[in-house]
Amino acid sequence: MSADTTSAIGPVEGASFDVDNPAPYIEAPRKRTGRTPRATRGNFEMAAWLFMRLSGVVLVVLVLGHLLIQLFLDGGVSKIGFAFVAGRWASPFWQVWDLLMLWLAMLHGCNGLRTVINDYAERANTRLWLKGLLYTATVFTILLGTLVIFTFDPNIR
Amino acid sequence: MPAGTLYRGREGMWSWVAHRVTGVLIFFFLFVHVLDTALVRVSPEAYDEVVATYKTPIVALLEYGLVAAILFHALNGLRVIAVDFWSKGPRYQKQMLWTVVGIWVVLMAGSLYPVLGHAARELFGS
Ligand code: HEM
Repeated sequence: MSADTTSAIGPVEGASFDVDNPAPYIEAPRKRTGRTPRATRGNFEMAAWLFMRLSGVVLVVLVLGHLLIQLFLDGGVSKIGFAFVAGRWASPFWQVWDLLMLWLAMLHGCNGLRTVINDYAERANTRLWLKGLLYTATVFTILLGTLVIFTFDPNIR
Repeated sequence: MPAGTLYRGREGMWSWVAHRVTGVLIFFFLFVHVLDTALVRVSPEAYDEVVATYKTPIVALLEYGLVAAILFHALNGLRVIAVDFWSKGPRYQKQMLWTVVGIWVVLMAGSLYPVLGHAARELFGS
């Protein structure tokens, strides 16, 4: 190409473009087309992030209250036994307290461990198995705990 | 290891490490704790028997450690929330960490007698 060219664009692999012979149009990389799904990703991670913070605030009250009652007041751990549990679960208030604490703490802890697994398990297969184990243990623990709270029988013997 | 390439953060990084370690420990404890509590559905005797192990001096020490982990995770969790949602949070994150540590030390000192008192009486006589 000679030095007196009017184009600001240099030679491209032997082709030269001008008004009558325009360069091919290249689509913007992230442009939405008819083939793009309406939502390319959900907001799951943001919801999980928010849940960690909301459940954290509630857990401060539930967990620290639980510790205060079980380990500090009225002789601390020494008083705990079947009779003590029966006395507390006679009240729907403490049943709801424990149920809420169980669900929130397990889901909060489960999501926290999911983050930890994602951070350290580098192979996709390892992540899959660890998370499978985590979710199984979480579902099992939540169901078992819920069942125990709802079916507790003070006259079991 | 090549010199000078290992990232060693300051308060921010170490509080994150402690938050992560305590969170994982609490989760494992919670799993076991739901299992032992489930024994109330087996029989009063089975439940009272496991709870008896919770009253031994060694487990009392573990309980003190559990209180330490939960208190740190709870207080630092509130700090993390403040860093995320309070407009001045990031600027004061360091001061907030030392506040967390200060409150934690006071509460841990206050927990010594209530949590470990019965174990001390058992070990050294009342
Ligand atoms: C007592 C009140 C609690 C508060 C205020 C709290 C607060 C938080 C917050 C805000 C996070 C998110 C940290 C981040 O995104 O960087 C978090 C993470 C976590 N929490 Fe809690 N939490 C509490 C109780 C618990 C309990 C009971 C468990 C266990 C069952 C737990 C286990 C975890 C785990 C495993 C993580 C993930 C740590 C990480 O990703 O590094 N937390 N907590």
